[in-house]
Amino acid sequence: MTYSYFPGCTLKTKAKDLDRWGRAAMEALGVTLEELPEWQCCGAVYPIARDEIALRLSSVRALAAARDLGRPLVTLCSACHHVIKRVNGDMQHDETIRGRANTYLQLETPYAGEAQVLHYLEVLRDAVGFEQLKAQVVKPLTGRKIGAYYGCLLLRPSSELAFDDPENPTIIEDFLRAIGAEPVIYAQRNECCGGYVTLENRDFARKRVAAIEDNARALGAEALVTACPLCMYNLKENGGGLPVYYFTELLAEALGLKEGEA
Amino acid sequence: MQRIGVFVCWCGSNIAATVDVEAVAEALSHEAGVVFSTNYQYMCSQAGQELIQNAIHEHKLTGVVICSCSPRMHENTFRKTCERAGINPYMVEIANIREQCSWIHKDKAVGTEKAIILGRAAIAKVLLNAPLTAGTSPVVKRALVIGGGIAGIQTALDIADAGFPVDIVEKEPTIGGKMTQIDKTFPTLDCAACILTPKMVDAAQNENIKIYSYSQVEAVKGFVGNFTVTIRRKARYVDEEKCTGCGLCTEKCPQKKVPNAFNLGLDTRRAIYIPFAQAVPKIATIDADYCTMLKTGKCGVCSKVCTAGAIDYKQQDSFVEEQYGAIVVATGYNPIKLDRFDEFAYSQSPDVVTSLELERLMNAAGPTGGTLLRPSDKTHPHTLVFVQCVGSRCDGGEKGKPYCSKICCMYTAKHAMLIREKYPDTEVYVFYIDVRTPGKNFDEFYRRAVEEYGVHYIKGMVGKVTPQNGKLYVQAADLLGGQQLKIEADMVVLAAAIEPDKSARPLATMLTASMDTNDFFTEAHPKLRPVESPTAGIFLSGACQGPKDIPETVAQAGAAASKVIGLLVKDHLTCNPCVAESNELMCNGCSACEKVCPYGAISYIDKEFRGPNRTTLLRRVAQVNPAVCQGCGACTVACPSGAMDLKGFSNAQIMAEVDAICK
Amino acid sequence: MRDAVETIRRISGVNPLKCMKCGKCTATCPAYDEMEYHPHQFVDMVVNDRLEELMASKGIYHCLSCFACIERCPRNVKPGALVEAVRLAVIRQQDQNHLKPQDIPALLEEALPQQAITSALRKYRR
Repeated sequence: MTYSYFPGCTLKTKAKDLDRWGRAAMEALGVTLEELPEWQCCGAVYPIARDEIALRLSSVRALAAARDLGRPLVTLCSACHHVIKRVNGDMQHDETIRGRANTYLQLETPYAGEAQVLHYLEVLRDAVGFEQLKAQVVKPLTGRKIGAYYGCLLLRPSSELAFDDPENPTIIEDFLRAIGAEPVIYAQRNECCGGYVTLENRDFARKRVAAIEDNARALGAEALVTACPLCMYNLKENGGGLPVYYFTELLAEALGLKEGEA
Repeated sequence: MQRIGVFVCWCGSNIAATVDVEAVAEALSHEAGVVFSTNYQYMCSQAGQELIQNAIHEHKLTGVVICSCSPRMHENTFRKTCERAGINPYMVEIANIREQCSWIHKDKAVGTEKAIILGRAAIAKVLLNAPLTAGTSPVVKRALVIGGGIAGIQTALDIADAGFPVDIVEKEPTIGGKMTQIDKTFPTLDCAACILTPKMVDAAQNENIKIYSYSQVEAVKGFVGNFTVTIRRKARYVDEEKCTGCGLCTEKCPQKKVPNAFNLGLDTRRAIYIPFAQAVPKIATIDADYCTMLKTGKCGVCSKVCTAGAIDYKQQDSFVEEQYGAIVVATGYNPIKLDRFDEFAYSQSPDVVTSLELERLMNAAGPTGGTLLRPSDKTHPHTLVFVQCVGSRCDGGEKGKPYCSKICCMYTAKHAMLIREKYPDTEVYVFYIDVRTPGKNFDEFYRRAVEEYGVHYIKGMVGKVTPQNGKLYVQAADLLGGQQLKIEADMVVLAAAIEPDKSARPLATMLTASMDTNDFFTEAHPKLRPVESPTAGIFLSGACQGPKDIPETVAQAGAAASKVIGLLVKDHLTCNPCVAESNELMCNGCSACEKVCPYGAISYIDKEFRGPNRTTLLRRVAQVNPAVCQGCGACTVACPSGAMDLKGFSNAQIMAEVDAICK
Repeated sequence: MRDAVETIRRISGVNPLKCMKCGKCTATCPAYDEMEYHPHQFVDMVVNDRLEELMASKGIYHCLSCFACIERCPRNVKPGALVEAVRLAVIRQQDQNHLKPQDIPALLEEALPQQAITSALRKYRR
């Protein structure tokens, strides 16, 4: 199985661990992630305003390239996934945005949302299968109580992301079970970490992270996992010391690719 | 040669404000065949009808066109008017220039032009009308009630009291429905069981009522006055004739871990069970999903302890076929599933419950014996938060329902009041969007909860419930106080939207009864025929038609019964003469019509026809049973050779209408 | 002002008249304490042409764009999209950028992901 892969800027710099272990694990699971040639930044935030066309274009370029390669486009960073998936939805359903974006880009074949956008976790669940993953685990994370931190971008708005139940998601918990860990389900796992507002208002981000950490700890979590570099930053830098990992780190550890307690 | 009269109604200003009625009457007077044309303020009034009758006599009319409201409104009125004046009622055509013209246009010139065109089409049709005579069909004097909740029971009791036999089909092992699970009823706070169980016993003891419990409707054939219904009697693995309801088996069964559906899974029961002490019929039922004997063939304890020898592990589903003149739908409602609303943490904490679950937690026959205890740790809750409109009043999507569930405001006031009454050490918060309490003594009831019982009513919604350290942290909006509240609660109670029972949709298909987009049955008329389905002979009782509380349900149940009685007292019904007819000379015997007929009204026979040179040919041709045909017209569309035609709506008539419009 | 409100409605794609004033957005909002106008008021003020007050409010820079109000709104009103539209109405004006590139170096720290800076720039400036 080969997929086109969109790593995004942060995974090339500050979130190398998310990227590195993600690729290694997929390779071990028999899935090839082929980096999309000449990809550009997704834009980091989805332009909610319907009249913002320029900010959608880099996503459309990536999507059109994936279409031309004839393979689904896999993302790993929550923000990239959110932006690219929603822009793809716009290109499918919003005639105005589709028309204007194509006028700007002048692609050989106009783009109308033909590419399929998948998050890494969706590939794990639907293409590899958690049962298959479980069978390939060599170092199960037995006894480790881990809280999945979903944040906002993977889940909402559910009508567009269609990733999981936005209020009671299960995909990361199922993933944690597959690698032998014990998932801790806590209500704050889909509440915001503070996001980019930490730049201006760090105290507010600290309050947000405290609510998340307290809830996770109270329910017995010894660590958190995330798929988002910005969540990682907030949970670590604005948090109270509860260890946080990228989910790919634990995946690589369970598959025996990465040393020791991640 | 036909002599047509045209009568244009003003409907006060309903039509006349947007349609120049004078101009319409004038224009139509020039149509071929029209010998008289006039307009009048209210054609349906006594004076209007006399005007029509006088014109029929004076101008020797053979056909009549009325340009007025929808035929659903007054077609029957005008047919009778004309019949009294001596012309066949099927020589009347209605041009709908109100609903389909004046009400939807603003420009008078446009409205007038359209009214003329519609009138012209009706004239073209009536010129091809032929007098039709309605036949009659006998009425089977027995009614079927589908659903044995309070709606079905009340309807059955009222029909039985009028002297007609009536059968109740109930899918659960006992009748009684949702009301059996409710603790107290608003606004009087009397005990639900105390007022319901006597009615259940009355139904069981009434000679005219037969209860098919643990049964469901499998198939429905026929038409008003003459339905044939197949009822599946699900295997309960207990002989109903032998079981005495002693309950010994339900105590000795070793399979103790079965979620108790009657208590909404808040406790457990055995694999053989009687839902509750006052069940009717009081007969044990084996739950095949949990019975060890049925699953593995090893156990047999219930059979050993049963002194009546009633246990029958080999029992199979059986089928009963019965004739009915009328069918009442009383399939009721259920709270929606809350798995799409987990911001309230319903799946994360057992202390987040639905209002119906709270009924069981407060009921003396419930899992806690009537003492309100938290499901998680069986402790007394001190702070309770009620959330209204969970899944009600939602815009689009599959997540919620667009309608108001109607009963939640009142039962929440009841819950809040009962809790404050019994446990004065509690704080009770109710988060509401609007408090809707129309109904006799309803608003007074709600105000009592606020003023006398000190329930905190807060305008706003709950946004998030976070279970942590044995508490439920509720984050909510207090819109009038202008603050975001954070309440440490012990229990959260969700007023889940209600929806029609899932059995309603397949049943509607069997009955060819129409439903709305929310799967509530539609009425024949929302105001004037609220308890009848548009399908003749099908009646509606209770929440299957829309959200309803108990008093409303009982009132509607009685109304449905009176409509059924009105039907069953008749010996014969007048049939609709607008039925299909096959032209045997054109029929090629292909069976297309037979396949599409939803009523089974078409059969094929081999018939001898005279061929050329004195030969006879045996040909297979369609025949329509006019007593069964409902005149839907599906066969006329399916017929490839044009042999099938609908009386009163023949292909030639429809084409004439189209031609007149396109002229 | 009427035109400006129409612009807000157009760029957000939201019909604020669908709001039934249940307050679930305000109950949900994690940034409640940071905003002088809360999500349900935001919707109401757009309906009632009070755009100038909204544009002058600091709260428009504290919305997390977490989409919780959008997800949980029973009427599909999308208060978060209205906040974004009002913020855009401000920063699209000349010299109204809330964050300038020259401010960035002072904000940088070792662990800060690019994503945070790009997001903030996208949210706060034209």
